[in-house]
Amino acid sequence: MALEPLLNVRGISKSFNHNKVLKNVSFSLEKGKILGLVGENGAGKSTLMNILFGMTVIHETGGYEGTISIEGKKVRFASPFDALEAGIGMVHQEFSLIPGFTVTENIVLNRESTKYNFLVEAYGDRMKTLDRDDMDRRSREAIDKLKVGLDPAIAVSELPVGYKQFTEIAREIDKENTKILVLDEPTATLTESEAEILLDTMKRLAALGISIIFISHRLQEIMDVCDKIIVLRDGEVVDNTTPDETDIMSIATSMVGRDITTAFAGKGDREGNLGEVILQVEHLWVDMPGETVRDVSFQVREREIFGIGGLAGQGKLGITNGIMGMFPAGGSVFFLEGPIRLNDPTSPLEAGISAVYEDRRGVGLLMEEPISWNIIFTSLQMQERFLKPILGGLIKIRDESEIARSARDYIDMLNIKCLSENQRVQDLSGGNQQKVCLAKAFETKPRLLFVSEPTRGIDVGAKRMVLEALRKYNDEFGTTIVMVSSELEELRSICDRIAIIDSGRIAGILPASAPSTDFGVLMLGIDGREKKVV
Amino acid sequence: MAGIKKFIENAGWPRIIIGLFLFSLFIMAPFVRVRIDASVSDTLVRFGMNGVMVLAMVPMIVSGCGLNFGLPLGIIAGLLGAVTSIEIGIPGIPGVLIAMTISLPIAVVLGWGYGLLLNRVKGSEMMIATYVGFSSVAFMCIMWLVLPYKSSNMVWGYAGKGLRTTIAVEGFWHQAISDIGSFSIGQFFYVPTGMFLFFALLCWFMWVFMRTRTGTAMTTVGSNPEYARASGVNIDRMRTLSVILSTVLGAIGIIVYQQSFGFVQLYMGPFYMAFPAVSAILIGGASVHRASILNVIIGTLLFQGILTMTPSVINSMIQTDMSEVIRIIVSNGMILYALTRTVKVK
Repeated sequence: MALEPLLNVRGISKSFNHNKVLKNVSFSLEKGKILGLVGENGAGKSTLMNILFGMTVIHETGGYEGTISIEGKKVRFASPFDALEAGIGMVHQEFSLIPGFTVTENIVLNRESTKYNFLVEAYGDRMKTLDRDDMDRRSREAIDKLKVGLDPAIAVSELPVGYKQFTEIAREIDKENTKILVLDEPTATLTESEAEILLDTMKRLAALGISIIFISHRLQEIMDVCDKIIVLRDGEVVDNTTPDETDIMSIATSMVGRDITTAFAGKGDREGNLGEVILQVEHLWVDMPGETVRDVSFQVREREIFGIGGLAGQGKLGITNGIMGMFPAGGSVFFLEGPIRLNDPTSPLEAGISAVYEDRRGVGLLMEEPISWNIIFTSLQMQERFLKPILGGLIKIRDESEIARSARDYIDMLNIKCLSENQRVQDLSGGNQQKVCLAKAFETKPRLLFVSEPTRGIDVGAKRMVLEALRKYNDEFGTTIVMVSSELEELRSICDRIAIIDSGRIAGILPASAPSTDFGVLMLGIDGREKKVV
Repeated sequence: MAGIKKFIENAGWPRIIIGLFLFSLFIMAPFVRVRIDASVSDTLVRFGMNGVMVLAMVPMIVSGCGLNFGLPLGIIAGLLGAVTSIEIGIPGIPGVLIAMTISLPIAVVLGWGYGLLLNRVKGSEMMIATYVGFSSVAFMCIMWLVLPYKSSNMVWGYAGKGLRTTIAVEGFWHQAISDIGSFSIGQFFYVPTGMFLFFALLCWFMWVFMRTRTGTAMTTVGSNPEYARASGVNIDRMRTLSVILSTVLGAIGIIVYQQSFGFVQLYMGPFYMAFPAVSAILIGGASVHRASILNVIIGTLLFQGILTMTPSVINSMIQTDMSEVIRIIVSNGMILYALTRTVKVK
């Protein structure tokens, strides 16, 4: 092929604080082609797109290695404006539209057609008036290219979600020089029929000569529209292929990664250790924004480590929050024979269930209070420990020395790096804050412990510490653990069984030793379609 | 040097500046022929008078309800207790105790309603609180006229009904608390020991309360409500409790104030009562989210010290009455300063 590819990315590497998130990523994209980019959460997709779009966060964290060339010319964008100038359009997952403006106004925003009037002589171009007719014409033209029935005069706030997406795309098309369009999970919020229209539109745009980078978790869509597919895992391109050469199963496999059998080496025979069913969840629904749980039933046995996985936004976090009474929930939960009252945080705590929440700063910690308070508060409140009587038993007040002693024990046990137990939690690093959260949960001496995203946003060393601490706690005290995590490998390394949540329902429960392909299939919700493909 | 730096950091610049200013006023006093002993005595008396009302700020601050600008509500409960006690006419300590006993249930009921209201306006408590304070004062302006008090010490002479704006407690329980164990040195130096002891007792109660299970929960609700909820604390109940506590302390506070001051001030009397208390605790180093007993003590001393010293010293110096102006600048300036100061996240 003599023709230079439109976009050529060579050897891109990027690290945040010594943490390599992209390693030598290379790919090319020809004019009028669609490139599918797939990978798990945290595989590096967003970082790659941020580099391509010249987001300032990349510069602020030390830039990147490698080269990007467009039409044979090397480029290095310092800001998104440079990227726009060079013809890269981006449609983000979150809409960047002005709700009160009409579709037309949003499409031509800051590039409005203008008319001359006499004030321009005095005050310059700023005083030009809007040429509404021409603006309407332009937006209609852009919408026509998409072939969707979108009324240019309607306010964006009144549009259904799918049409907002189209408005964003129309805006990118209206830019005369747009050569490359990046669509970051555009179908995630769309209904099936809307998604189909969007996919048709993408093909039509490609036929017009616009190259598209399409990011999606729905592999079937990728297979349907893309000319090329790139699979990212842990910041590396692990597969560079075309739909003709591959199928959904092999993409899923390369996305989720190798079968790590070594991780199970130390587990031994855990089956014999497990006791009776201790937690029984039936038809649980939870109304947690962004993490809706629709209908979930599962059982956990005593001393088991039960994993809950799935992609972001599918509802896995909602399960913990629902059972612990933090969000409105329904269904029934039985723990040790007795039912747990939902929507009442005291009920699970009284029954001996504790949780480490995914939102450390929001729910998990008292940022402005000392470490010791953070650790003992729940125990003090729910179990009335760490109190000593004064005035001959008339009143009980905090036993500060007992509190300090307990806090110091956990600081030693979990290796929390701090000056003393009186240091404020906000001064600690993310990993150490997470350890404080764990200590708080451990201190309540729970029979069952929920742990949500325990390793999110902390470095590799702390990650290992946290996982080991959980494992040790399970071993020594026989505490049943339900761990929710987006990282499948992490779950597989510590859990006995793993449930995969998809669209608020359990897609399947597998033993951790099941091949990763099986998990991939459940995670991507392609179980039903798979039969059609094979 | 490091020691000084640490001291400045711990104490905070505002306190050091105000402290130095107050100190310089004491230094200057003899030169403009203001008696030091009288000034110190005045400061101490005012400290004792206002201390409890400043202490009333603490529960609401720690529970995250902000500064209690609705203090007049508690003061009204105290006033009702005071006038009822005078109506009954028992003098001395029993009279004060009767006043407090009557005002207590009123304060609890008012505080409970006030707390329910504040739970509905989370995020803008202080603005709503200000209006609660103001409107309750206005409402009571009607009630003071209508309520069926009969004592000739209190009603308007010409009509024989309706309470007067200022009622003397002389002859009932003037300085009843103050005079317990009080002593004078010379003609001008008087120490109201009883009032200090009473204030210290309440401070100690508060200190203990903040260390109980309930008090700890209250502080946690103020620090991070979601954390508290996840630990099984009922957020709204804690907030309501803190408002009730604050209102009750306001009621007790005004009775302590009146017995020392010698007068019960009705009608518009409670209108601006919240502001000196608010600025005192802020001068003491409290923020909108955080307050301690030490903040109360230091703040009341500094603020009342300035209030006592500026009129006498500055007026003698410049021969004009600037006292009111300076008082307003200090108290409102301090409120402004504290409200605009955001919590630094390191």
